[in-house]
Amino acid sequence: MRWLLLKDLQILRRSPLQAALLIAYPVLIALLVGFAISREPGKPSVAFLNEVPEGARIAAGGGTKLPSVGVEDRICARVECVPVASRAAAERKVRSGEVLAALILPADLIDRLNSLSTLNPQTPEVEVLVNEEDPLKAQVVDDRIESLLGQANLLIAKRIAAEGGRYLSLVVDGGSFDVLGAPVEILGLRAVAKILRELRPAVPPSQRAPLDRVIRFATLARDNLDVASPLIDRLAQPIVIDKQSVSAPTPPLEVFAIAVAATLTLTFVILLLVAGSLALEREENTFPRLTRGLVSRSALLGEKVGLGIAVGLVVTLLMLAGVQLFVPLAWERIGLWLVAILLGGAALAAAGAALGSTARDVRAVSLLAFMVSLPIALLSLVPSGAVGAGLYDAIRAVTALFPFKPTLQAMTAALDPAGPGIGRPLLHLAGLTVAYGLIARLALRRFSTV
Amino acid sequence: MAGAAAAALETRKLVKRYGEREALRGIDLSVEPGELLAVIGPNGAGKTTLLSILAGIVKPDEGEVVSANGNVGWVPQQAALYRRLTVEENLLLFARLEGHEEPRASVKEMLELTGLRERRGEVVARLSGGNQQRINIAIGLLARPAVLLLDEPSVGLDPRQRARLWDFVLALAERGTTVVFTTHDIQEAERYGRRLLVLADGERLFDGAAAELREALRGEAPEAADGDFETAFVAFLQHRGH
Repeated sequence: MRWLLLKDLQILRRSPLQAALLIAYPVLIALLVGFAISREPGKPSVAFLNEVPEGARIAAGGGTKLPSVGVEDRICARVECVPVASRAAAERKVRSGEVLAALILPADLIDRLNSLSTLNPQTPEVEVLVNEEDPLKAQVVDDRIESLLGQANLLIAKRIAAEGGRYLSLVVDGGSFDVLGAPVEILGLRAVAKILRELRPAVPPSQRAPLDRVIRFATLARDNLDVASPLIDRLAQPIVIDKQSVSAPTPPLEVFAIAVAATLTLTFVILLLVAGSLALEREENTFPRLTRGLVSRSALLGEKVGLGIAVGLVVTLLMLAGVQLFVPLAWERIGLWLVAILLGGAALAAAGAALGSTARDVRAVSLLAFMVSLPIALLSLVPSGAVGAGLYDAIRAVTALFPFKPTLQAMTAALDPAGPGIGRPLLHLAGLTVAYGLIARLALRRFSTV
Repeated sequence: MAGAAAAALETRKLVKRYGEREALRGIDLSVEPGELLAVIGPNGAGKTTLLSILAGIVKPDEGEVVSANGNVGWVPQQAALYRRLTVEENLLLFARLEGHEEPRASVKEMLELTGLRERRGEVVARLSGGNQQRINIAIGLLARPAVLLLDEPSVGLDPRQRARLWDFVLALAERGTTVVFTTHDIQEAERYGRRLLVLADGERLFDGAAAELREALRGEAPEAADGDFETAFVAFLQHRGH
């Protein structure tokens, strides 16, 4: 078998394009994944036009006003702001695709915000210009703008709620309050009740009943308004999220990205190599010559699977070493990586052999391998809940028949110290290796046509 | 069975069916050591099926194949070579797989035999069809077979390459190797086959020397019997309903 392995490696060496792809592919994947997970998410470029006059303030009740300055800073912390001088300039930038969208704060924005606390409230509006030529891009813009406005609304609501709460405290406890720049003392319900109680003995008993009613009102109002204060606080954000995971702990995003990249590398390299190498024996007409007493069909199959595992192992480790340049990996877990790569590689190689035994030439089998593996890989990445329950069950059943998903699960478990157990996916892979090995062996019985 | 010990290769009542069609219908054959047997016949006669069964690649539905020492070399119609490997690498691989104790010495011997020593480092894909066929045959010889089966060995070769190929095959026969070959070229069969086996629709129509075929035809079509061998062969088939 070692001579066949040597022969396949010699053929690989003589195929510069194939050999270059085998090296370039993991390096490229490593670079892409490394860059993607080692950098912060890019901010979308948004043209920003602020027409609000400087010094304008948002009224917050009780005569105080919230400063509007800093709004630009807050927005530009979330997106890459491109300042523009006019609406026309903003529109030009959006049309040309230089920016994803334009955000225009009109001059009357603060006046409209302030009108919310008057008898003639107006709806504050900000203007957003978008170029929706691409539905995906339009969705991204909508999501970003919705998120920005949601945060702005929350911020304003919190500030107004805080002011409302302060005003309530004045009513309950009393204190100083500015009116047109002059301080005004507010007595407060607590002090009112106390004063009235102190006055009560001086009031004739026949006239105490109305006084008692006022004292009772002041006491009740003070107690109930005390309760109202936390309610006002909650108005700004009535619902808070208490997220609890019912599944096994999910791996960090970068670990999952590395596992996906490693599994993709393993899948394409092994599947194409094994399927192509087996088809080559048929294309070169050497299969009947080999199996005519020189090598058994099972040994030939074993050699192809071994070739796939060996090359897949080297290429995947090369890719992981490349990723290490960007993200530190837990190399102390290399034992588990090797187990995951070897078992995943065995199952993929067996699947590649089954595919390779179906076609007569290398090009046809390469196309077939791509056509099978690409949709399976994509389906394997569909999370539960993203599609209907029935469809997800169907996807789960289909992806369970192919080694991509269990290899991904095994790689994720091997890479993530806090991740799920590796035993189940390894068992799954062992089962698939046996099943595909048997299919390939049966297919090889009718492989030889003279 | 009488004579079985002397025969290098023998078949008994070989039958092969592909679905409803019978590709071979009870073929009996005995080839003596050092004999050069040409298997000829029209398309679909069963020539390649017969050779594939003799080579052990296809199993017969009925009958059996007996070879004196079980060592039968097979050279398929299409060159069975790794085209991205060199001449030497191909020979070395198969010498190792054949279990030669000194595979490099065997390779050297084959390179001398094929006359391709100077081109041993060339990738097979760059060789001419004739040279590829020589390597193809040389690999078949690595098994050191007592019987060599050649399936249409001269297909696609130019006249000069054909001549060199047959010189090579005749030299093998002179060394004592039994050669059984199929061909569509009737003149080639007459020239190089010491004995002819004519198949048609899976049946054995004739087994003997070319001169004997002409004699068999003389009573039925005397003009054809004295013409060129291809004309005689076609007339022979026609008179037997093929």
